[in-house]
Amino acid sequence: MALIYTKRIIRSGYRNFRRSGFTSLASILIMTITLFVITSLIFVHAALTASLSDIREKVDVTAYFVPGAPENNIMDIKSGLEKIPEVREITYTSQEEALSLFRERHADDYLTLQGLDLLSENPLGASLNIKAKDPSQYESIAKYFDTNSALSRNNLSIIDKVDYHQNKVVIDRLTSIINGAERLGFVLAFALILISIVITFSTIRLIIYMAREEINVMRLVGAGSRYVRGPFIVSGILVGVSAALITAILFFPVSIWLGNQMTDFVGLNLFSYYKANFLQLFIIMLGSGVIIGSISSIFAINRYLRK
Amino acid sequence: MIYFNNVTKRYNDNTSLEDVTIAIAPGEFVSIVGHSGAGKTTLTKLILAEESPSEGTVFFESVDIHKLSNRELTNLRRKIGVVFQDFRLLPNKTAYENIAFAMEASGKTDDQIAEDVPHVLDLVDLSHRAGHFPRQLSGGEKQRLAIARAIITQPELIIADEPTGNLDPVNTNEVVNILKKINDLGTTILLTTHNRSVIDQIKKRVITLENGRVIRDDKDGKYVI
Repeated sequence: MALIYTKRIIRSGYRNFRRSGFTSLASILIMTITLFVITSLIFVHAALTASLSDIREKVDVTAYFVPGAPENNIMDIKSGLEKIPEVREITYTSQEEALSLFRERHADDYLTLQGLDLLSENPLGASLNIKAKDPSQYESIAKYFDTNSALSRNNLSIIDKVDYHQNKVVIDRLTSIINGAERLGFVLAFALILISIVITFSTIRLIIYMAREEINVMRLVGAGSRYVRGPFIVSGILVGVSAALITAILFFPVSIWLGNQMTDFVGLNLFSYYKANFLQLFIIMLGSGVIIGSISSIFAINRYLRK
Repeated sequence: MIYFNNVTKRYNDNTSLEDVTIAIAPGEFVSIVGHSGAGKTTLTKLILAEESPSEGTVFFESVDIHKLSNRELTNLRRKIGVVFQDFRLLPNKTAYENIAFAMEASGKTDDQIAEDVPHVLDLVDLSHRAGHFPRQLSGGEKQRLAIARAIITQPELIIADEPTGNLDPVNTNEVVNILKKINDLGTTILLTTHNRSVIDQIKKRVITLENGRVIRDDKDGKYVI
């Protein structure tokens, strides 16, 4: 019995959806806009995350040691730093490496290289390049250099300078921009999603409002609440599914265009991102469409099913 | 079968029905006449529980209609066929589906539906229109379709609220003849109308309403206002 009802409800919902032509089209359009907004926000989030991690990658702290600082002392500092949980990565550049890097960088600058050759010993110090897990954590890493006694040799500091203090202003500002962007992005995304859901909900409500006389007739002819409600929910689900398909297709040209235009700027090719995460994104579109469509229908129709 | 016990219905300050007491026996063909606004439609809405009475009670086979739950009400409505002046067909369903809907809703099997619907379509002479939507049908065809929908579930009672209101004399005649035929087969019929020729053609019990009150109840009906 339940099977017969389910079959009839699905068939009737499908017929309603197909036969209401323009009305179905209107709700699909609105739903497509909603899904488009949701998917765009996922894209924006991905782009933001990619470019932020790109920037984060560029932020670091470098401790320069005085020339001739003993390597084992530096290694002591390195292993000390490695114990700090905030530290993600430490790169050691020895005096020799610093010199060859310097030569490489100034390969065209004959005069400088000549001057360098005149010096009997390597004027460049070794350095430790430290990357933190989060930009806000550089301060505590920098403090380590200020307080640690292992850093001195005969009360003379082996550290030439730590460039954190120069970078501090930039790092602080960047940290607050990143935090702000994430917070703002979240609020904005939430608001946009909410608005588009409300619009979709109102559209579906309006469509069911237009069908209220029909609902009344169905009840007078002896249809139970579930049998009246069912086809409307099926139609709502079909609107969601159609809108998800349209959105998924629309995002191919959109992401190709964005990929061509913005890859350098964002640091992420949105088309590759779309292709790589297609299944996941499509499930999100489909899920949102179906959930919004069916829940809107249920809420809208329940008003007319009370006695 | 139907019993109105001192029923009064008010809409805000307007009294639509006042202290109405009527009994209708099974198998009767009762016509309710009166001017527009006399309370005819309110009466039918009370039987269908579309409206609740302000005072008094309405019984259907000794059950107080307005104390039923939603589910019980659905079952009650399956025992009543309704025909309206404005047809109230389902616009997105074909003639065939409009009739089948009532059967589907009451859980009849597909085989039963496939057997009964063509038969009823034939009865109201709409077999050639089975695949048409209501908007493609004429007024008379729509009303015949509505009657077909009302009788398909073999209800105990048919309520026809001004079924001829929108029809020309030829179609009116046809609708009245169909209703009489259904009554002859044993179904109780409650017809509201303000059409004199309809009443004179039926020659059955007539209840006359005026300003919400029953002013006449004649066994062999004439239209007297």
